[in-house]
Amino acid sequence: MSGKLNLTLKIWRQPSPEARGEFKTYTLNGISTEMSFLEMLDILNSQLIERGEEPVAFDNDCREGICGACGVMINGQPHGPDRGTTTCQLHMRRFKNNDTIVIEPWRARAFPVLRDLVVDRSAFDRIIAAGGYVSVNVGNAPDGNVIPVPKTKADAALDAAACIGCGACVAACKNASASLFTGARISQFALLPQGQPERAKRVQQMVAQMDAEGFGACTFTTECEAACPAEISVANITRMNREYLRALFTATP
Amino acid sequence: MSQVSDARTGQAIDLNRISRIPSGPIAQKWDKHKFDLKLVSPTNKRKFTIIVVGSGLAGASAASSLAELGYNVHCVTLHDSPRRAHSIAAQGGINAAKNYQNDGDSVYRLFYDTIKGGDFRSREANVYRLAQVSTAIIDHCVAQGVPFAREYGGTLANRTFGGAQVSRTFYARGQTGQQLLLGAYGSLMRQVQLGKVRLHVRREMLDLVVIDGVARGIVCRNLVTGDFETLAGHAVLLCTGGYGNAYYLSTNAKGSNVTAAWRAYKRGAFFANPCFTQIHPTCIPVTGDYQSKLTLMSESLRNDGRVWVPAKPNDRRPPNEIPENERDYYLERRYPAFGNMVPRDVASRNAKERCDAGYGIGETGRAVYLDFAQAIARDGEEVIRQKYGNLFHMYQKITAEDPYKVPMRIYPAIHYTMGGLWVDYNLQSTIPGLYVLGEANFSDHGANRLGASALMQGLADGYFVIPYTIGDHLATSKLPPVTTDHPAFKETMVEARNRVERILSVHGKRTVDSIHRELGITLWDYCGMARNADGLKHAIEKIRSLREEFWTNVKVLGRGQELNQNLEYAGRVADFLEFGELLATDALTRNESCGGHFREEYQTPDGEARRDDENFCHVAAWQYNGPDQEPTLHKEQLKFEEVQLTQRSYK
Repeated sequence: MSGKLNLTLKIWRQPSPEARGEFKTYTLNGISTEMSFLEMLDILNSQLIERGEEPVAFDNDCREGICGACGVMINGQPHGPDRGTTTCQLHMRRFKNNDTIVIEPWRARAFPVLRDLVVDRSAFDRIIAAGGYVSVNVGNAPDGNVIPVPKTKADAALDAAACIGCGACVAACKNASASLFTGARISQFALLPQGQPERAKRVQQMVAQMDAEGFGACTFTTECEAACPAEISVANITRMNREYLRALFTATP
Repeated sequence: MSQVSDARTGQAIDLNRISRIPSGPIAQKWDKHKFDLKLVSPTNKRKFTIIVVGSGLAGASAASSLAELGYNVHCVTLHDSPRRAHSIAAQGGINAAKNYQNDGDSVYRLFYDTIKGGDFRSREANVYRLAQVSTAIIDHCVAQGVPFAREYGGTLANRTFGGAQVSRTFYARGQTGQQLLLGAYGSLMRQVQLGKVRLHVRREMLDLVVIDGVARGIVCRNLVTGDFETLAGHAVLLCTGGYGNAYYLSTNAKGSNVTAAWRAYKRGAFFANPCFTQIHPTCIPVTGDYQSKLTLMSESLRNDGRVWVPAKPNDRRPPNEIPENERDYYLERRYPAFGNMVPRDVASRNAKERCDAGYGIGETGRAVYLDFAQAIARDGEEVIRQKYGNLFHMYQKITAEDPYKVPMRIYPAIHYTMGGLWVDYNLQSTIPGLYVLGEANFSDHGANRLGASALMQGLADGYFVIPYTIGDHLATSKLPPVTTDHPAFKETMVEARNRVERILSVHGKRTVDSIHRELGITLWDYCGMARNADGLKHAIEKIRSLREEFWTNVKVLGRGQELNQNLEYAGRVADFLEFGELLATDALTRNESCGGHFREEYQTPDGEARRDDENFCHVAAWQYNGPDQEPTLHKEQLKFEEVQLTQRSYK
């Protein structure tokens, strides 16, 4: 069942945001095919530390594909070759003996590199802060069943809300657009009755923030959907565009 | 009981005196208490600053609710975004006593189930309040736009969880924690936008600043630049989660740690019931020594999955070649009333017992089957996919096996920690002004937490308890103005920096990871699902020598003044190495079995946990006495006015 791999890794090393980065090549032998991709990096880091070299910095946390912390370009693909899969859920059985694997951080102006494979994704937080919520204070809510939501709407809202905020959509896009991320959050609330009072304002503010952060425009090549580990549909981008258009006619200044 | 004095008042600390449990009938305690609590007027709230450490369900809900009230809030998280907190990984659901299913649920029943599930080691008053506010949590989350599962008529759907005979669990597929956290995170970011919350991401709290016996601020390390930073305020809220990663392999996120709580302990907050750890029965089994974490398969799967092992020991046939009459559905056989839905501690212990007896399956023999064949035959694959699609997907990703076709292989793993910093009814620790919320405190789950109750507690504490109780501290305490220029901030910061520099100066040979793994194996072997006095004594010795090994032989490269993940990790492991000893000491001191704490010396003839209510019906709260000093044990007696103590039975 399990086999062993000998690998060549080409990894982006950059000691600080200001420093010039470069690819460094490492060889790694005897990697079990049952390992996860991040466990492979753990082994590399242990070997580097033992040799007195600084380990590779990479973000990760839950290692179950839900927190959205991890994410690197693997041979040019965000989160690697498997569909609907985060880097932490990618397993080494997907690779062959003697493969060369190129590992890079997300590349986007709005995601500056902090160190090695770690980037700053706080732009996403600021897009959410611009309107990605229902403005309701604790204590105001009526009984949960007072607002019926058709099952199909609730399911579609959850499909959009499943976004883990990892940034793969931006990394996959030739324009480094954040439209899939932003469209998903806008869609969640556009589909639900709770989102209606702020519907127009929300889309205008979130889109404005997305632009202000330096993300590119969407030209609908749909690479984002292919790369998305939560399999968020590009239909959310078209919904965002419709919502935006609708807001132009309905929003009160 | 030892008589240690309160730093401010000079009086002996008696936990029963300071627990602030309100008098009166249980159903009226919280309402009465809310009226008795002093208020801060709306215009005065803006004069107070609250520091919230952590941004999971407890932290994000507390920070946003306090900001909504008008307080100034700092929210500190070690993640790059508040949304990454490990609450996000909770799968199955959140309990609430709504009785939407008309199946006999009530606040009282949720209260009773939780007390019983916790094996009668939690506070009645706290648990009753939790059950009371559970319904408001669902209402609020619905109003936030959390996309809970719905019936076709548009009403909220429910499912059943372990330890209950009613359907009271609300859910969003297998990603309930994610959706609830994104709701709280949205509210938090709204307050950030409004300027009421200042967010400090990639900051790790490394110490608590106590001035005149009152918590007034924190020291944290900026994880990007390595700078030490200080924040001052009128109260500090620790919402920093549990300590399951002391065991190395757990279902916790890699970054989850005990550091903030441990630092508070060393500044005078008591640590309660550290030996109450929850081993979750349904996790993907360990496969190799490189493994970095264990993955949970939600308890909700036991609604439709049946747990079994071959009826003959060492039966190595593939599962589909084992006929029905040669299978042992041992939970259904032993616990006919609850079947596969027994509480987690019972299910875990039974899995271990079957594997120890030689009935385990898979390459290692440390696993049992969780089989969906009957449910798929009954409801069809599509219905099962709708309910658990993402969990099946995750299982297949990790194991390369298709659970629609072959049964899942599962085994217990460390999942949650019921113990935590001691808090009173107001969630205040033994340090005035230091509050502890969510998994980081000890208060509501006793010796075993029921499924779908962690999300409930995190949000109860943050949305519906702390907004009321913090006002009492602010309105009644003398809180002279303090800024980070106060000498206490400088002193505490120097101590924190010295600790970091000491780690960097060891220049030894062993990686942090290898030492952490060894600690984890020690705790799992001697302080895991089954414990005994000899093993625990051995573990304590072993942990002491590992700690020595760490401080003389650890190898951490790089500098303090940069993003240095290995250095962050080393600091957390250093604290686990101290904390692990307290965990084992507490387990050794509690000479009874209860819930997740199973001492082999104390069991019933049929192998169930045997409590000793006469001697151990108390909270064990430990007080720090200085480096290499024995901690002092304080006891808070648990008084049961409402519920009769019985031996738990799920048969």
